[in-house]
Amino acid sequence: MKTMEGKIVWVTGASRGIGRATALMFAKEGATLILNAREEGHLKEIDAQVKEVSGNAPVLLGYDVSDPVKVKDSFHLIHKKFKKLDVMVNNAGILEDSLLGMLSPELVTKIFSTNVFSVIYHMQYASRLMAKDGTGSIINVSSIIGRLGNEGQVAYGASKAAVIGATLSAAKELAPAGIRVNAIAPGFIDTDMVKQLSREKYDQRLASIKMKRLGSPEEVGKVIFFLASDAASYVTGQVIGIDGGMLV
Amino acid sequence: MKEREAESMNDQNEKIRKIFADVLGIPVEKIDDDLQYNSIPEWDSIAHMALITALDKSFDIMIETEDIIDMSSFGKAKEILQKYEVVL
Repeated sequence: MKTMEGKIVWVTGASRGIGRATALMFAKEGATLILNAREEGHLKEIDAQVKEVSGNAPVLLGYDVSDPVKVKDSFHLIHKKFKKLDVMVNNAGILEDSLLGMLSPELVTKIFSTNVFSVIYHMQYASRLMAKDGTGSIINVSSIIGRLGNEGQVAYGASKAAVIGATLSAAKELAPAGIRVNAIAPGFIDTDMVKQLSREKYDQRLASIKMKRLGSPEEVGKVIFFLASDAASYVTGQVIGIDGGMLV
Repeated sequence: MKEREAESMNDQNEKIRKIFADVLGIPVEKIDDDLQYNSIPEWDSIAHMALITALDKSFDIMIETEDIIDMSSFGKAKEILQKYEVVL
């Protein structure tokens, strides 16, 4: 039997990169997926891929993760449809760089809304669905920048550090209800996000990795899968780095 | 017909009282409409969320965050539950 059969797994930001690789991993193990992207149309490709590897058609939800009303409505829909949730992967996020002196309040708000507030709203409702069964696993995607910082990433780094704070607090609060909450802190991963970088920055970052290569989205997905699985049944309140020994 | 409705109302009322008594760990007799959140040590914020889980589960609903915050007494809880088609 596949290890995720009968499990309902929700992945935000599932249209590409880490989210997509993670969704596919769960699909291969028989999970029923709820996939989010800002636009439902962006999920076409992953929808087809999931159907190819799994008999279960995913539920596609196009909404802005930072909109509390949309998040609430989505959870009501899922409550009606499945009555439960086993795994919540808060992956959706944005990466925007700006030196401190040039950082606008609008950009700070945008980064925090998408990277932090969304995680809080999703944990809030996910924990409600999970508490009914007294079990569940929430995995939040932070970043190596949230732990170590980097120039030009004050807002992004602060947002990813906030994800860790939210994770550690929620882990303590939700443990009595049987819900585990962990975070991962990826380093330099081969996704569309890193393609935004200049050649110079790209080479600089690559040189800072002890393993001398980028990580793949699948290598991140594997750790998310582990945290969601029974293999991690006694693991909560942890932040796991997936960075090949990167030094920022 | 009216009698049956009244009976069912009473049943639901008792069901909710029993949920409160079980979760808060206090006798059913202590629970009336005026029982307020945070007025007894047993009904603190942790117990409040446990109550929400128990109500969600018993009535197969998902109470909204605003209503969780508004649920300031047993009487108010009954009033809120009616919004979720829990007939009282």
